[in-house]
Amino acid sequence: MVNEILEILNEDSRRTPEEIAVMLGTDVETVRQKIEELEKNKVIVKYNTIVNWDKTDREYVTAFIEVKVTPQRDQGFDAIAERIYKFPEVKSVYLMSGDYDLAVMVEGRTMKEVAFFVAEKLSVLDSVLSTATHFVLKRYKVDGVILEDEEKDYRQVIVP
Amino acid sequence: MNMESMIAERVKEVPPSGIRKFFDIASEMEGVISLGVGEPDFVTPWNVREACIYSLEKGMTCYTSNWGMPGLRKAISCYLSNRFGLEYSPKNEIVVTVGASEAIDLALRAILDPGDEVLIPDPSYVAYMPCVHFTGAKAVAVECGPEDEFRLTPDKLEQKITPKTKALILPYPNNPTGAIMTREDLEAIAQVLRRTDIIVISDEIYAELTYGQKHVSIASLPDMKERTIVINGFSKAFAMTGWRLGYAAGHPALISAMVKIHQYTTLCAPIMAQVAAIEALRKGFEDGFASVEYMVRQYNMRRKVMVNGFREIGLECYEPKGAFYVFPSIRKTGMTSDEFCEKLLMDQKVAVVPGNAFGASGEGFIRCSYAYSIDNINEAIKRIGNFLKKIL
Repeated sequence: MVNEILEILNEDSRRTPEEIAVMLGTDVETVRQKIEELEKNKVIVKYNTIVNWDKTDREYVTAFIEVKVTPQRDQGFDAIAERIYKFPEVKSVYLMSGDYDLAVMVEGRTMKEVAFFVAEKLSVLDSVLSTATHFVLKRYKVDGVILEDEEKDYRQVIVP
Repeated sequence: MNMESMIAERVKEVPPSGIRKFFDIASEMEGVISLGVGEPDFVTPWNVREACIYSLEKGMTCYTSNWGMPGLRKAISCYLSNRFGLEYSPKNEIVVTVGASEAIDLALRAILDPGDEVLIPDPSYVAYMPCVHFTGAKAVAVECGPEDEFRLTPDKLEQKITPKTKALILPYPNNPTGAIMTREDLEAIAQVLRRTDIIVISDEIYAELTYGQKHVSIASLPDMKERTIVINGFSKAFAMTGWRLGYAAGHPALISAMVKIHQYTTLCAPIMAQVAAIEALRKGFEDGFASVEYMVRQYNMRRKVMVNGFREIGLECYEPKGAFYVFPSIRKTGMTSDEFCEKLLMDQKVAVVPGNAFGASGEGFIRCSYAYSIDNINEAIKRIGNFLKKIL
């Protein structure tokens, strides 16, 4: 049942315990309890909203930065990853296989701001060997959600 | 020339579809919330669509074998074995058709002579009665009511059997009631049938959509395979309604007779749809039919939301175990199904289907589909609740 609760909340985090209880054919208390446990265990980390900022007047840019680093003795990549993800400008950090080591998503108000962040904060870190910055031009699909108009319902109103 | 008089009697005798009227009104209206659709709200999975696009790029635009592509028949054979324990040879026991609809028509035309009788549980899908009538045979309704959870019972079946009875259409999981037949229910029916020469046309198009228990095919019961034609297709299980792809499986003599009609009337099902269906099954075998299971989980949640919603606003409703319909009773309003649906549409802009469109036994009920988002279902139930408050 836990996976089913997570599936429902992952789809729409505003579903109430009452609604979820009906959907799963169980009682509200059980659902409430499970959700609390999931929150406590950090399985549910946070409830947030997917915003299409392009439709607002907010100025922002996102950059995807390939970072090559030297792993450190005993700590591997974890220590340098932590140094990087502590910056609030950094929205996500992934350890990658392949040509580079860390994939870092950075957000800022302008390209200049992001460029300065990379130059002054990121590339100067001791274990960072090199960086390559790519700016995001348009977001089509985010976390499984297509931002522009999704496939519409082509079905007829009544079908036997 | 009086064109009306040119129409064949058999065609004239079939009344126009009871759904048509609502369709015309509802499709003109703005802001209608519909629970009226008998098809999945899921779009065909992308891998299936992509396989079709690729086949077009390669130029696969020709006819196929009358029976259907050998690869598809083989895949269907594996699928029926894997999912329902049914064993059919891809060589001469399976024919691929244009939707399960064509398969039903072929099955009826292959076995019926004028004067034969065909038993049809009532209520059930709108096409059986007309298709039987077009062959010159007689459709005989077998009433299935809420007292039996809309299942076919051996007593009611036996009462309608005459020396002329040639076939029984067995449409479970059922549209519009959502009823299913368990193994025990089917065994009781089989016991009656084994004493007769009645052919079973088992329409199992909703076989994948059952909740809490797996679908059982009557063909999997002892001594029933030979006399059963299993009808199925890709529309419901794989969200492929518009592709029009179905199939029938059965005794080689029956399937050959069906292919005889099929080859002269249709030639073959479209190759694009057949290629897509092969991909749907290939992916299914690879991932254990994960996308089917996902859809079933989603439908199951919506089913619970809808049943619970109707009970809360005071509409009596039996808990359906299959397909994607709820069939609540509106008898307490004192209205006929037609009246109720028309007033509901005018007053609250909610489109549902009157139960009597599916046969006389459907009078006093409405068919509500839960192949919609939860928000859509909740909104519709709220409006139906408002309507009930006004009229009761």
